[in-house]
Amino acid sequence: MAGGGGDKFSVLLPTYNERENLPLVVWLLARTFRDSGKDFEIIIIDDGSPDGTQEIAEQLEKIYGSDKILLRPRARKLGLGTAYIHGMKHATGNFIVIMDADLSHHPKFIPEFIRKQKEGNFDIVSGTRYKGNGGVYGWDLKRKLISRGANFLTQVLLRPGASDLTGSFRLYRKEVLEKLMEKCVSKGYVFQMEMIVRARQLGYTIGEVPISFVDRVYGESKLGGNEIVSFLKGLLTLFATT
Amino acid sequence: LSRALSPQAAMTKLGQWLCGLVLLGSAWAALALAPPGLRLPAPFRQALLPLPVYLLVAFGCYSLATVGFRLATFNDCEDAAAELREHISAARADLARRGLRF
Repeated sequence: MAGGGGDKFSVLLPTYNERENLPLVVWLLARTFRDSGKDFEIIIIDDGSPDGTQEIAEQLEKIYGSDKILLRPRARKLGLGTAYIHGMKHATGNFIVIMDADLSHHPKFIPEFIRKQKEGNFDIVSGTRYKGNGGVYGWDLKRKLISRGANFLTQVLLRPGASDLTGSFRLYRKEVLEKLMEKCVSKGYVFQMEMIVRARQLGYTIGEVPISFVDRVYGESKLGGNEIVSFLKGLLTLFATT
Repeated sequence: LSRALSPQAAMTKLGQWLCGLVLLGSAWAALALAPPGLRLPAPFRQALLPLPVYLLVAFGCYSLATVGFRLATFNDCEDAAAELREHISAARADLARRGLRF
């Protein structure tokens, strides 16, 4: 069997005010997939961004073709979980890639996810910032401390079998993601954690690939007390219910 | 019966912790607070009594050491940031060539 043997990868890109980054992410995705010879499509789920993200998405659709760029916008900000569900309804691939659209995740890791998935026949491949040569750029000591501290707490309480639970750069088999979306109820960071925890409960296998996370917006959006509190609440809820 | 034999499937993490604490706690209480007739020799009891506190402190030290170590070895991806900047320039140039109006 040549190439990917019939595999197709649907990349879900929920966007909100990503007019600047969206064309760059799409360009990198298209180039990565073309260089690796894999079939792909990019599903852009814009939640009514006021900055014209949808308009630039339409231009990208003209440039790359409507078989490669699927626009499935929504009227207003409705949250990540529902964006994935909405996007998946239109996905024709047998694998789904979820990632951030703000260039913190670099598409160059996707071929490594694919390789890892084939290597272990994994149901899920998760990018990790905490193992191997994974890491971050743009975080100060305080942010790193919060990240490592939160992750340590999560490991102790949930023993999840994956090193990076709040990461959102992952490859899923389509049917696995569909099954998990039915079961997950949390929001925000905790949603990503719940996916991994439920996956383990259901007996799915998880592989990991070290990734670099390039944070260019940290200066503008510091991790506030509110986010930490809701993370802790979510963690305790998962601890008590899974 | 199979549910009892596969506790991980049935129990929440909280449930597992409570079970573990109850088991260890009752073992400790039985040994440490035994009535005079059933006590262990004095040295054993002296070591056993403060054991829970010792374990807690040990865990606290382990936690600090682990988080500290992981913080110190948290990779900084300078190369990734530089590479991204190059890719962004290439992308903008190519997209402009293809007719994208930013």
